[in-house]
Amino acid sequence: MKKILKRYRGFLIVLIAMLLLTAINYDLGTKALGISLNSIGEMLLIIPPVFILLGLLDIWVPRETMVRYMGEGSGLKGILLAFFIGSAAAGPLYGAFPVAAVFMKKGVKFSNILIFIGAWSTTKIPMFLFEMGSLGSRFAIARLLIDIPGIILIAYILSKIMSREEVEKMYENAKNMD
Amino acid sequence: MDSYIFYGLTAVLLTLSFFKDKKKTKMALKKAWKAFENILPEFLVVILLVGLMLALLNAGTISKIIGSESGWFGVILASLIGSITLIPGFVAFPMAALLVENGAGYMQIAAFISTLMMVGIVTMPVEIKYFGKKATIGRNMLAFAFSFIVALLIGMVVI
Repeated sequence: MKKILKRYRGFLIVLIAMLLLTAINYDLGTKALGISLNSIGEMLLIIPPVFILLGLLDIWVPRETMVRYMGEGSGLKGILLAFFIGSAAAGPLYGAFPVAAVFMKKGVKFSNILIFIGAWSTTKIPMFLFEMGSLGSRFAIARLLIDIPGIILIAYILSKIMSREEVEKMYENAKNMD
Repeated sequence: MDSYIFYGLTAVLLTLSFFKDKKKTKMALKKAWKAFENILPEFLVVILLVGLMLALLNAGTISKIIGSESGWFGVILASLIGSITLIPGFVAFPMAALLVENGAGYMQIAAFISTLMMVGIVTMPVEIKYFGKKATIGRNMLAFAFSFIVALLIGMVVI
């Protein structure tokens, strides 16, 4: 019980702060809480398949397979796969981090994990269609064409910045995630 | 819509897994739950903050700040707003269209959308938990800088 309380401390503090806000400014507070409740509903709709898929991936796909397709020396194949998996995903960016942890456990190359994160954040296929509808195809296509090299560039710069020890530590940490 | 496809795919794979090996399937579900519960406290904080943010901001307020006349100053402001806020895509794009209608410039909108999707100040605690401080801050800073390139190029292509 004490452990649970400690883990959810941040959430409880923010929740109490928002209830106080509601007491001060009723309209703003209820609006904020209403939107939060809505997002929780959305989360419950989108998140379960993401986590079940990552559970299945963790159990069924052997490490050797993942290393072969997306690990060190996987080259263009690894980059394309990272892009494809990230773009086919659904849900907000923070859903991508637990998946990244499983990728680390399975020995996926760090730069490919970063490409996957980049793709999940901006080149999601359903979002692209939505963007075309809202802001026009010129805007959406131009942004997509700029984003693809951008994501790769960011992934490579970042994997150069990180030392081997730092990446190893991160991978070690991912092993202890469950 | 895409969530139906996702559910369908998950159901098919889960069924296949179940018929192949019940024990392994149970283990997979256990892992799924653990991975979810592990991050749930951070998720909840993010969701509350997003609710507050969306309650405070509306299209009128934002487009006043990042009008098409606002130039690079507007791009910087748009990037900052995009970095701090966390708005789901299906809200963000119609909102962006509304912002353009209300007088926001395409360059500024490009910076806003780009940082909105790639930079996450609110989600940083979640990201740090998996990637550590250095990689998280580095990724967010690079993505922030990249958004200016996106703004510049979009400004040249879309008029």
